[in-house]
Amino acid sequence: MARYIGKEMSRVDGVAKVTGKAKYAAEFAVPNVAYGFIVNGSIAKGAITAIDTQEAERVAGVIRVFTHLNTPKLGPKPASNEQAPPRGAQEEEDKSFRALQSERIFFNAQPIALVIAETYEAARFAARLVKVTYSPEPHVTDTETVREGARQPKQGPPPKPRGNPEEAMRNAPVKIEAEYRIPIEHHNPMEPHGAIALWQDEKLTIFDKTQGVYSLREHLASTFGVPPENVSVVSPFVGGAFGSSLRPNYYPALTAMAARELKRPVKVVYTRTQMYTGHGYRPYTIQKIALGAEQSGKLSAMIHEAVHNTSATEEFNDNTTNFTRQVYACPNLFAPTRITNTDLSTPVWMRAPGAVSGMFALECAMDELAYELNIDPLELRLINYADVDPESGKPWSSKALRECYRLGAEKFGWKDRKMEPRSMRDGRFLVGWGTATGVWGAFQRPASATITLRANGTANVASATSDIGPGTYTMMAMIAAEYLGVKLEQVNCELGDTKFPRAPSQGGSQTTSSVGSAVYGCALAIGAKLLELANQDAKSPLKDTAADDIEMLDGRLQRKSDTSRFVRIADVMKRHRLAEMTETHESKPSPERQKYALLAHGAQFVEVKVDPDLGTVHVTRVNELTACGKIINPKASHSQEIGGVVWGIGMALQEATEIDHRYGRIMNPNLQHYHVPVNADIHAIETSFVEEDDKIVNPLGVKGMGELGMVGIPAAIANAVFHATGKRVRELPITPDKLL
Amino acid sequence: MRPFKYTRATEPNGAAAAVGANPQAKFLAGGTNILDLMKEDVERPNELVDLTRLKLAEIKEAGGGVSIGALATNTDTANHPLIRQNYPLLTQAIVAGASGQLRNMATNGGNLLQRTRCQYFYDTAMPCNKREPGSGCGALEGLNRMHAILGWSDKCVATYPGDMANALLALDAVVRIKGADGVERTIPLSEFHRLPGDTPQQDTNLQHGELILAIELPKSNFAKNSYYLKVRDRASYAFALVAVAAAVELEAGAIKQARVVLGSVAHKPWRSQEAEAALAGKPASAESFGRAAEAAIADAKPLAHNAYKVELAKRAIVRALMRASKLA
Amino acid sequence: MNEEFHENSEPELSADEEALLNEMPALADVGLTRRRFLKQTLAGSLGLFALDLLAHEQALAALSPSPGAVFADKTAENLVKLALKVNGVTKRLEVDSRVVLLDALRERLGLTGSKKGCDQGQCGACTVLVNGRRVLSCLTLAATCEGKDVTTIEGLAKGDQLHPMQAAFIKYDGFQCGYCTPGQICSAVALLEEARRGDVSHVTEDVSATTTQLTNEQISERMSGNICRCGAYPGIVAAIQEVHSGKKTAQTWGFVDDQQLARVRKEDGNAAV
Repeated sequence: MARYIGKEMSRVDGVAKVTGKAKYAAEFAVPNVAYGFIVNGSIAKGAITAIDTQEAERVAGVIRVFTHLNTPKLGPKPASNEQAPPRGAQEEEDKSFRALQSERIFFNAQPIALVIAETYEAARFAARLVKVTYSPEPHVTDTETVREGARQPKQGPPPKPRGNPEEAMRNAPVKIEAEYRIPIEHHNPMEPHGAIALWQDEKLTIFDKTQGVYSLREHLASTFGVPPENVSVVSPFVGGAFGSSLRPNYYPALTAMAARELKRPVKVVYTRTQMYTGHGYRPYTIQKIALGAEQSGKLSAMIHEAVHNTSATEEFNDNTTNFTRQVYACPNLFAPTRITNTDLSTPVWMRAPGAVSGMFALECAMDELAYELNIDPLELRLINYADVDPESGKPWSSKALRECYRLGAEKFGWKDRKMEPRSMRDGRFLVGWGTATGVWGAFQRPASATITLRANGTANVASATSDIGPGTYTMMAMIAAEYLGVKLEQVNCELGDTKFPRAPSQGGSQTTSSVGSAVYGCALAIGAKLLELANQDAKSPLKDTAADDIEMLDGRLQRKSDTSRFVRIADVMKRHRLAEMTETHESKPSPERQKYALLAHGAQFVEVKVDPDLGTVHVTRVNELTACGKIINPKASHSQEIGGVVWGIGMALQEATEIDHRYGRIMNPNLQHYHVPVNADIHAIETSFVEEDDKIVNPLGVKGMGELGMVGIPAAIANAVFHATGKRVRELPITPDKLL
Repeated sequence: MRPFKYTRATEPNGAAAAVGANPQAKFLAGGTNILDLMKEDVERPNELVDLTRLKLAEIKEAGGGVSIGALATNTDTANHPLIRQNYPLLTQAIVAGASGQLRNMATNGGNLLQRTRCQYFYDTAMPCNKREPGSGCGALEGLNRMHAILGWSDKCVATYPGDMANALLALDAVVRIKGADGVERTIPLSEFHRLPGDTPQQDTNLQHGELILAIELPKSNFAKNSYYLKVRDRASYAFALVAVAAAVELEAGAIKQARVVLGSVAHKPWRSQEAEAALAGKPASAESFGRAAEAAIADAKPLAHNAYKVELAKRAIVRALMRASKLA
Repeated sequence: MNEEFHENSEPELSADEEALLNEMPALADVGLTRRRFLKQTLAGSLGLFALDLLAHEQALAALSPSPGAVFADKTAENLVKLALKVNGVTKRLEVDSRVVLLDALRERLGLTGSKKGCDQGQCGACTVLVNGRRVLSCLTLAATCEGKDVTTIEGLAKGDQLHPMQAAFIKYDGFQCGYCTPGQICSAVALLEEARRGDVSHVTEDVSATTTQLTNEQISERMSGNICRCGAYPGIVAAIQEVHSGKKTAQTWGFVDDQQLARVRKEDGNAAV
């Protein structure tokens, strides 16, 4: 019986966080630290023709001003237009933008200098005094104007149509066609990106806000031409990231460069404004969807074409249409994602990347089709339910989406929904109910962890993965406590440091499945080792016990099938003169996974109330139904779902990065003009977990939740707004002006 | 932030004189706007005269109305019993703005002097006639969804972003001022803020070194029927798309007098005497309010991205008047 | 704020944690009741984290400048001398007039609990209490704090005993990444006092009437100056409501049980896939 798994546990790092003791990257006390402040350019494309740092250098306390003229070359090679495409989060070749490497300007607010001073105030002031002249060149920052030139990303084979979508579309008795737009959006984690770097001989230690200490280590090693083991990355707490710390950002290398040149520790932290050009963003995405169906509602053709922007220096593919291929059973489909260059910084994954954008368009289109057919939108989804993966024909490892739809409808009260728009009211408010499907991959990657079990019953778990907020410290401690049979309070968990075994970056909702499986593997290895040690004693009560028939519980190693047969772990360790035992385990995805299609699913039901006169929208009620395998800690998982809803509300109603295309410059790079939801925007959010018993995905049976809870929300809200008002807004965000 | 001399003022005459003597000196009160702008290098004083120790925070009855100290915080003003009872419109306007923390810091004098939130004003890499006269207006043909529909010039289309002043204008406030020479004078709030014209760098008609001592409100007949409506992109902690301070004095179902002030539509709080005239003597009804709303925005000239404000302002005026009259 | 401390202001236990306590075998090696043991060790997790973090800093503390390290003249203008109380302790500082309270706390006094989220008054992460009122330390010049009483997140707990608001945030999971949390908690603590005074808000229907009891809607509005990008708002409101009124918020998540599943599957006519 599970003692911890599936139980509601408070965060083990909770006390550290509520007392202000948890330390984030820029908060470590390092003696003799100097402060850096980045200077940003003011044109979108062209070249620096002159840069005058004299006035800045004269400011009291300024140590040095780095520009492209005095900054050493940072490897592997400078950014250029001819580059290999990224190959996914982990294997990607590192062609990231490195600052101060040439006079070339690739995007507006590109870093053009770094001022280092004895105090933050002096550095910030001097940064304003750097004078630059440019030779500007014509730029393009509006994706709309380069939409026609969109190309197939180099990554992966060109998308193959399934069946004959064009012909099927021509023959479909019912069709809809529509175009949807999503603006550039920014992650805006509360903690600004920052780092403190120091060199001791040829060894670099860097405290950084990162989702992957190992990927940053490799980036810095190649940047400085030092062996990876010379780079220590420390990142125990991350104040939110949401994808913005997955790929190498330019500031860690810049910080380490300055520290190396000046032979002293340097701290650089982005301002909120610098974050808008310093870590990527969700790309501007235009999607055209055509759906063809029988009168019965059965889909006969789906054509979903997405175009989004990338930068001129790097290719980024958001894979916008990826899940369209797997959501509904439809024999004829074409779903390409194309990209087009803009003179902006490079986009990056942002919470539920690709999926939330693609599903916004697809799930709105499904709603439009439902109205065209006059079929209940939920019913339409059930009619097109995919019982096997429509793309590969493989069975699902598990899929309780139908249950999510049904139970969600029940909990939400969907049967009372009147189909007709503008037909439901609450006083002066128009009421709208909308639904959408959520989907995300059940990923697992190779990951390592180590456990030390001590004879006194305490244990230490360590892995290099980060905890950017989902509760990884807590989950890893719970898994260790569960399978070591010790109490949670006896487990200490350490994460986010290259001194720990390698683990994937925290992103893509794969940490619990990947690192959790490694922690589980460590515990099993310790049990197996103990069994072997115990059975070196001829009188061991565990003789002839199969390794998979043992468990550890409360200091005993015992037979699962007969718990009266046990040894005391402390006795075994004492007998072998062991104060502690350490096992490191690398877990790998099982080959079994290849035989199945693996996805996490959810259904989302949303109520909005719209003020018909003023156009304001309130999301008053959300029901999240979630089928994503086994839930380790429902308290933390519920928080992930809430977070997904809040993000969905932001995306649907508020968030947009605004560019003045005349200058190619972002004009709302702050939290006063770029709106994210505040407390008063958020109302009732309920989560129901439909657990799936899935032994295929990984030994723990877990799928990820971080992205899933967000995926359907923007579509569900847009659909609810249509239901409330009769207005179909296809361009996010749905601000009051669009509903007047 | 440029280096500056920090001076702690101990009495009003000295404060006004200190700033008056240095063209690059500024007053510091709550700091919620000026420090932000200094970090952005938009404001570049070489001296800050800290007013926060001055005894100018009193809120008291005066001449049948009330006198509100310039250094009383927004929070203390909004929550003062005299204001809540007699000028609820002012309370509503203040608490519609900013956040609890900011209202605890922001003073009434500073609030009147807050500067526009136009993005081009904030970004020193962009043209802005308000920040740098002669550099052009970035917003005129740029992003102007949040900008003015009334009273703008081709030099500047920025809006005054505050809430409190909209209510004060509806309540016929007068601003009491001390000059650098120690002489006191008053300016009606209606003449305090300016339209941009050819000199958008000047937000108000205050002279350099003039110190706001108090805001004075006459006795009000609007306590029973007033409403502050703020329409914004999120439920709280955001600047208005359109705001309306509405007040009516009712007599047997008819409107004896009315006040309609629009916020975030112009370079200053925009009082519509046309709307007020259209309401005088009319029954309090949706029809009357609709006609008043039409009158209020008759001269509106929207920009490329803010045509919605014309319609929104109309509807907001009607809603605010309906709420003020307790008809909605 | 001392009146806010109650005997039981340790983190409250969830139903699962309570159940766990009862399942646990006697803790023979600990001479405490099980309840106290668990509560202490929950708080004890602070010790472990603090130790891990301190280890890094201690390793660096002895670091002397590298040979050839470049330094600049530190001649500063516009220095302001001031004395202020931080968490009850008088601190004397000499700061550049440009230093804001937030940077003084983080860079000069080693109090990194107050967070820099935007540095321009748009997020609330830097919220501290000055003379008992919540303010944004990023827009407060340190120089203006002469003689004032500053309370930061580090000053809320009493030794090992958490402030009830801190405990409630843990109980309701009112955070994820934790970065906005100190600002949220400082804001929440001040909000209690504002409520006691009868302060009004934007969602107060009749501002001329006084009430000291806050609805959840009131709490949400009053906490809107503290942005949480993880979106932990419902937990934040529940935590504040409980400390404010004692009212507990019902759980808003649940597992779908086998019976419910069997029923919908039967109604649906589809077996599980």
